[in-house]
Amino acid sequence: MLQEKKSKRGTFIALLCVAALLVLVLVLENTMRPTSMLFTVLKKGAVYAVVATSMNLLNGFTGLFSLGQAGFMLLGAYTYAILTIPVADRESVYYLYQGTIVNFSLPDLFGGADTPLGLVLGVLLALILAGCVAAAVAWLIGLPVLRLKSDYLAIATLGFGEIIRAIFQWDVLGPVTNGANALKSFPTFSSFNIENADGDVVLRLSTFVPFLLAAICIGIIVLLINSSYGRAFKAIREDEVAAEAMGINLAKHKRPSFCISSFFAGVGGGMFAMFASQAQAKTFTTAMTYEILLIVVIGGLGSISGSSIAAFLYVAASEWWLRFLDAETYIGDFKVPFLRTGFRMVVFSIIIMIVVLFFRRGLMGDKELTDLFRPRRKQKEAAK
Amino acid sequence: MQYAISILLSGVSLGGQYALIAIGYTMVYGILRLINFAHGDVFMVAGLMTVYLSTFLPIYVCLPLTAVLTVLLGFVIERVAYKPLRSAPRMSVMISAIGVSYLLQNLATYITGGLPQMYPQVPGLSASVTIAGTSTKWVTIVTPFLVVALVIALTQLINHTKIGMAMRAVAKDFETSQLMGIKINNVISMTFIIGSFLAAVGSMLYFTNYQSIVPLSGALPGLRAFVAAVFGGIGSIPGAVIGAFLIGICESIIKGSDWSVFSDAFTFALLIVVLVVKPTGLFGEKVTDKV
Repeated sequence: MLQEKKSKRGTFIALLCVAALLVLVLVLENTMRPTSMLFTVLKKGAVYAVVATSMNLLNGFTGLFSLGQAGFMLLGAYTYAILTIPVADRESVYYLYQGTIVNFSLPDLFGGADTPLGLVLGVLLALILAGCVAAAVAWLIGLPVLRLKSDYLAIATLGFGEIIRAIFQWDVLGPVTNGANALKSFPTFSSFNIENADGDVVLRLSTFVPFLLAAICIGIIVLLINSSYGRAFKAIREDEVAAEAMGINLAKHKRPSFCISSFFAGVGGGMFAMFASQAQAKTFTTAMTYEILLIVVIGGLGSISGSSIAAFLYVAASEWWLRFLDAETYIGDFKVPFLRTGFRMVVFSIIIMIVVLFFRRGLMGDKELTDLFRPRRKQKEAAK
Repeated sequence: MQYAISILLSGVSLGGQYALIAIGYTMVYGILRLINFAHGDVFMVAGLMTVYLSTFLPIYVCLPLTAVLTVLLGFVIERVAYKPLRSAPRMSVMISAIGVSYLLQNLATYITGGLPQMYPQVPGLSASVTIAGTSTKWVTIVTPFLVVALVIALTQLINHTKIGMAMRAVAKDFETSQLMGIKINNVISMTFIIGSFLAAVGSMLYFTNYQSIVPLSGALPGLRAFVAAVFGGIGSIPGAVIGAFLIGICESIIKGSDWSVFSDAFTFALLIVVLVVKPTGLFGEKVTDKV
């Protein structure tokens, strides 16, 4: 009884923290210079947090080592883009293929991307559909692939990512996917900035929106992990045979885990397209999957808050804080050695190697942020 | 007909080059149960080494030196990145391998400045030759013979020497062989040394054919070679070689057809089909899971 009360209070505090964070982002965004690097980092960080959490659900909580995340992001990004490009702009986007065969756009159905209702409903619906497409494909892929064991599963999903990328760059599908060219002019995060009649921005929401979306997605994943399904996932991770012996149907748990993870990877892909304001198949390479995997590892396999924090740290370090390593620097007459284009990534990958080798459990291990605030004694009791 | 011959020739030589990389994958997997994602990048680094060494050394010094340096690289990678994780879960080691691959690629981008590097002409190998009316490079002809010779040498080493016996023992059972007095660290190092040496030879042949080297040029050949290793049955050297030749020929047929966009997709589709239908590959041993 007491336990339940306390955990309810923990949930309440967590919700309060998230709300406070959202308000903070909103305030920062409207007081600071909008061109600051901080906002690029925050936006990309929010997108990566969603994808990293979805990967953690699969790799960290269910113990299925999958490397198909970039493929599912690609599916999400293209679904989102194809569904939301305004009908009026389609001709110019698909100029190589003389227009497209998909001649509707979700925001237009609700009154156009210029009206608040059309924008919000259209984008939201498109993101959800993006997730659904990714999940549906995951279900199909999962039928054969999920029977494989650890590294075979990894290599098969990696291969699936490559296949998807080749298919989307195929010329014959050009009227739908625009071939190897980028899809653009769909609503991005900046479309959510509220403008007055003169075109001046009254309220900036371009960083708030990705944060809100990320908070919702991660929240749903947390709820899932704390449910009975989540516990079954963890049991499968610890020992498949023992889990099966305890009456957990492996196929009936692995498949939902794979589909749900892909769903959020798809949503994340749609958000990535919004962040980059274009969708192009060649961005979603294996290297992207590796990046996300490294975020998950740095945050700690099996920790949602770890993944979220690591996503922001990773993006900030690689895009912002280490930027100075790329520029040639002089102290007086002395030229600092090694500093030139590309050195940032070398230093960065060495840091990652150090984390992987010496801090194997990552930032958070399998703990959550809320665990840190629990009183010591209670933890001991829990251990008993 | 001429067209068919030229496609077959390039397929066979490509297959031979993949075979040399695939052996590295299959040997490491056989012993450590690790997909060494960095192997393809070791192959790329070997190519870059030759490019840089050949600027101030004659080519006949430069090629052996590349082989030695690549072997050293493979040895160091194993000692630094994999050995500390010997008792860790397999996933950690795999992530470490991905980290090494990331590091090597970034290092190559830094050193080359991201510009494609031209592989030097190798006298003898780069010269043209005409066979049945199709003109090709000597390397295309030499590759399959060299590969077969190296594979025979390798099987001799594995079947008839002490270190080879130790390798087979470690591949069968890691812990028991340790108890029997086999120094597993030496055996594992030896595996990486052989793998890296073959990758270095492979890079000489491959880049004589496809001369430009970019930091990512190791990734895809590496993955294709891995697919070949799985196709042939991972852990089996003849399997890897046959798988690699098949994949090389298929790839060059598809590249020559209208479906060239799908050459990589085909490789991976083949992988998925093989894994689902016959997970142990063509020549793989059947393993039973113990609880």
